[in-house]
Amino acid sequence: MATTEVERRRGQLAALSIAAVVIIVGVPLWWRTTETYRAWLPVSQIKELAKLQLHLSADVEVVFARGTVTPEQQKKVPLTQTQNMEHRVDEDTALSYRYETRYRTATIMEEDALNQPTAAEADLSLHTLSESPSGSLVVYVIPESSSLLPQNVDVYIGQRRTALLRIGSQMRVGKTLEQLLAHMEPRIKQVLHVMSFSHTDITAALSNRVRISPGNKESIADSMRAFKSSPGYEITFSLLNPDPKSHRLHWDIEGAVETYIQPLLTKLSPVANFSIDSQTLYYAMLGVNPRFDSSRSTYTLNADSLAHVINPVEARLGSNAASSNPVLNFLLYIPDAHHSPLYIHDHKKQQVPTNAFHSPRWGGIMVYNVNEFYEVDTVFPVDINIDMAKVMGVFLAQLRLLLGVQSSTPPPGFLVAPCGNAGLADWELDRLMWSRSVENIATATTTITSLAQLLDQIGNIVINDNIAQQVSSAVTSLQLAVSELEAGNLGFALQYSKEAILSSERAFFDPSLLHLLYFPDDQKFAIYIPLFLPMCVPILLSLLKIVSEARQKHREKKPKKD
Amino acid sequence: MAAHRCSFSAVLFALWGLSLLTVARGQEATLEGNDRTAVVDNPESVAGAAEQAAGQPAAEDRRWEATAVEEVSPTEAGGGSDSPAPKPAASPPSVPRPKDDFQEELVIRPLHSGDIYTSFQFRTLWETDFTRENKVSHYRLFPKSLGQVISKFSVRELHISFTQGYWRTMQWGQPYLPSPPGAELWVWFQDSLTDVDGTWKELTNVLSGIFCASLNFIDSTNTVQPSASFKPLGIGNVTDHRFLRYATLPREIVCTENLTPWKKLLPCGSKAGLAVLLKSEKLFHSSFHSQAVHIRPVCKDDQCKTTSWELRQTLNVVFDLHNSGQGKNEWSLFKMFSRTLTEACPVASSSKIYIDITDNSQGEQFELSPATPLLSQAVVLGDRRTFSVYDLTQQITFGTMRSLNLLIRGKSSQGDMLRPLLHAERYVAGYGLQTGEIHTLMYNNHPYRSFPVLLLDSVPWYLRLYIHTLTVTSKGKDNKPSYIHYQPSKDRVRPHLLEMLVQLPPNSVTEVTLQFERALLKWTEYTPDPNHGFYVGSSVISSLVPSIVAMDTNNSRERPLFSSFFPSKEESSYFVRVYTEPLLVNLPTPDFSMPYNVICLTCTVVAVGYGSLYNLLTRSFQIEEPSPGLAKRIANIIRKMRGVPPL
Repeated sequence: MATTEVERRRGQLAALSIAAVVIIVGVPLWWRTTETYRAWLPVSQIKELAKLQLHLSADVEVVFARGTVTPEQQKKVPLTQTQNMEHRVDEDTALSYRYETRYRTATIMEEDALNQPTAAEADLSLHTLSESPSGSLVVYVIPESSSLLPQNVDVYIGQRRTALLRIGSQMRVGKTLEQLLAHMEPRIKQVLHVMSFSHTDITAALSNRVRISPGNKESIADSMRAFKSSPGYEITFSLLNPDPKSHRLHWDIEGAVETYIQPLLTKLSPVANFSIDSQTLYYAMLGVNPRFDSSRSTYTLNADSLAHVINPVEARLGSNAASSNPVLNFLLYIPDAHHSPLYIHDHKKQQVPTNAFHSPRWGGIMVYNVNEFYEVDTVFPVDINIDMAKVMGVFLAQLRLLLGVQSSTPPPGFLVAPCGNAGLADWELDRLMWSRSVENIATATTTITSLAQLLDQIGNIVINDNIAQQVSSAVTSLQLAVSELEAGNLGFALQYSKEAILSSERAFFDPSLLHLLYFPDDQKFAIYIPLFLPMCVPILLSLLKIVSEARQKHREKKPKKD
Repeated sequence: MAAHRCSFSAVLFALWGLSLLTVARGQEATLEGNDRTAVVDNPESVAGAAEQAAGQPAAEDRRWEATAVEEVSPTEAGGGSDSPAPKPAASPPSVPRPKDDFQEELVIRPLHSGDIYTSFQFRTLWETDFTRENKVSHYRLFPKSLGQVISKFSVRELHISFTQGYWRTMQWGQPYLPSPPGAELWVWFQDSLTDVDGTWKELTNVLSGIFCASLNFIDSTNTVQPSASFKPLGIGNVTDHRFLRYATLPREIVCTENLTPWKKLLPCGSKAGLAVLLKSEKLFHSSFHSQAVHIRPVCKDDQCKTTSWELRQTLNVVFDLHNSGQGKNEWSLFKMFSRTLTEACPVASSSKIYIDITDNSQGEQFELSPATPLLSQAVVLGDRRTFSVYDLTQQITFGTMRSLNLLIRGKSSQGDMLRPLLHAERYVAGYGLQTGEIHTLMYNNHPYRSFPVLLLDSVPWYLRLYIHTLTVTSKGKDNKPSYIHYQPSKDRVRPHLLEMLVQLPPNSVTEVTLQFERALLKWTEYTPDPNHGFYVGSSVISSLVPSIVAMDTNNSRERPLFSSFFPSKEESSYFVRVYTEPLLVNLPTPDFSMPYNVICLTCTVVAVGYGSLYNLLTRSFQIEEPSPGLAKRIANIIRKMRGVPPL
């Protein structure tokens, strides 16, 4: 009897130890060998970014010229004021604007500059005196007697980051500085609204992150026109010649680009890289047949049909082989001799003077009629030189619109300087940089948070080290961009936001994330069942038996005690 | 308002200040009134249309403002801005000489078999420099997509061909431009390039997008760097084969989707000129179809001081007598292409059709209508050929019908074809799925001259070549190659490359044999239809064949395009490249449900072994009383019935 008892104990021990080995060694080993590699991601920082708190701050300097402040007022300057505005866009996104206004009196050199005969010259010499960093503004307050501005103009906005503000006559004497400042405040606010970021721009830039409430259709159309922020753009000029038998076209695109487009792009180089191409396409037709207007013996394209013009042409345009940046297309269409002249008509059946239109986020088309080259006894083909100044004027205006250089109407009493040969004033560039930085940050945070969510939800995706590295560098750049925005360093903020968007996109679109290297769990278990089932059933059964025997013994012991 | 401010200068402003109005105003008055529904339907494009149109009333209201600004701007511009006043829009009377040139050409050669060979060539020459620092970006005739490829990937020469069908040299003679079945790509890169392999990878992917082909399957396992067979065809003295990459995809199927992007590269597209004939349903209803793009730098003139870039697009088709000709030896442009010609491409400087009438000097072979007085002689492939020429730039070619439909009516099919001096064939010998032998036969049909040929073989790694079994025999004797370049393969990394320079004796067959072993692939490496077999690309045989007539060595002279592709350096010989058939080799193919079977089987074995071991270890053993015998049990039953205690 004793030997059988020993035998049974040995059997139980063996079963227990096999179960222990399977649980302690086998299961972890299996788990480790079938596990997918997942590198560490900065999840907590990404969660912080999901709640975006953007602080935009701009430095404003208000300089009083001689004759605008009394000596006792002068004693109180310089002084600094800070204005804060908070906006809550939605539950995850909040904006706060901060204008740090410093007041001081003009230096002697600035006084000299302000004594120039015209406002434009004053603007130029003020600029040479000191160059203000991007994002900041200087407002010069000039006395009412100053001859810089014309009669009905109160505010002059220069080509750079300066504005001239004429002080009102009723505020001349006997008032305290505080009253003077309070009087100037609405005007300065207007200047800021024109020259620096405005709330509508910034919220439009957040459209990737925040769903804009429908209702304001104008702002939707505004925000839909410009291209999305991208590190680079390809600009393609295409000359469409549907009738090479009648027209031999010559366009000096190289010279025109050099003269008209390049200055603007050089100015815009902090925002994005641009590359310019041009091509000539023969036998490229528009998708609609123009209607003949017998009263004026012209052909017309109606506004309703313009939507159908682009598609057939686009097949010929070709995509860019060398990069994946968005392409801005500018087409110059020379109507064939049998459908000429061709005019675009708007909804009111009026001829459009420029004979051009643009399509949001795509490009622009201009129809260029060449009827003046035809004579009674013209022998076809005709050599035609295209007037590039006329063409480029239209394309340049379209380019500004498509790149999102916002042009709001200035309030009455404002005079805005023409922006010179660069086609863009410094403060316009600043406005663009503000909204682009915010847009980049919004896009990058959305990309990173959705990537983190995706990886969190699908636990089987392999996360390689390079993705983890891209994600952390995107997060770092984002944090830097946000802090630079708060500090008012616009250039750096844009730079970091571009880096953030690049690395976040690279992480999000990495092919290793798409790769089907992972199986769903149910399939994985289906494969292992032939191994698991025969191994686990005896272990479980013997464990059950041991337990039931132990219980029985326990029960037997009890009555014995009793 | 911004638009107003942005005039460059006063002069310019006056020109287009008004024109900007519409565009700039457009946004302010966007989506007014009845445009709303339209915008909702199709926001992308209609909004653009709506914007410019809806802007009109606003523009009317504010035109006064525009003039006011205009008055101010002269003083502003004069005082503040330093803008260099751009040239006013006076139209310059001089027309610049174009730096590019386009030619098109079609050669028709009736073949002795009754089939017909048509060869299109389109050449774009452009005097420019893609290697310059400030990259070229203004295209006129040259296609933009290819220009961007050249400048981005530092390409010096690019040759790409897509071929469906195999060129039967013995029946059809030599083609003007040879190409192997499937896709072939070879590229010489600029010697300034550092990462050639990375650029090659990117380039193949971009080209695969441009031509809608599966060139993205080109990777290191099918790319080789031939040391001698593929020399640059354009000018340039770099022959370091580190900058050369060569790859073939013998499996590539060529069809309409490859033809459409190819046609799009032509300046006239398929709208005018010879390209109107390129209708895909006819072109692919043929026994041989090959389309190619060749880009190379060439000399602009005799002195070769300036270089031009040449883009040659070629398309070769052989129409089958019985298939597309319905057995009647009568061909016309309409019958072949279901189109006739009405005009030349207007931008082409020359547009010609050549018909090979060398064997037909008295009209004994076929009849040609309409007749043409123009004749032309050209030395092509070592032979002087005579051609009837139709110049499409002359209106008289099209006659009164204003359309040209060439008719070639065959009379007799007698007469012998000149046997091609060099041709080659290849096959796999052996049985079973373990080893095999590749045989390559090279025929020299020249009656008394021997000449050297370069043989290039690129064999995938899964055929493990036994290089020690390489034998080269001609006329029953061992023929020792004078140059052998062999690069062994690395599994899953690179293929075998074998290049040999072999002297072919006159009137002989030279046989090259090489044994191989078939490798077992991993189960993910098999193609979706592994039992079809695996393709091995064609061997390439390049040679300078002795010429019967003196070749034209003046490469700068105006010549028909089909005779000027391979530059000839000496009069006594001409360059020929011959491609053999691709091979189809069966590899040992497993049953693909195997992995799961293996899992189940091993698991069962493990379970059985484990189960018995487990039983042995956990079972408790006890000695059992032996059961009583049968007699005793019966006795016990009886005793029970009797009421007596059992035994």
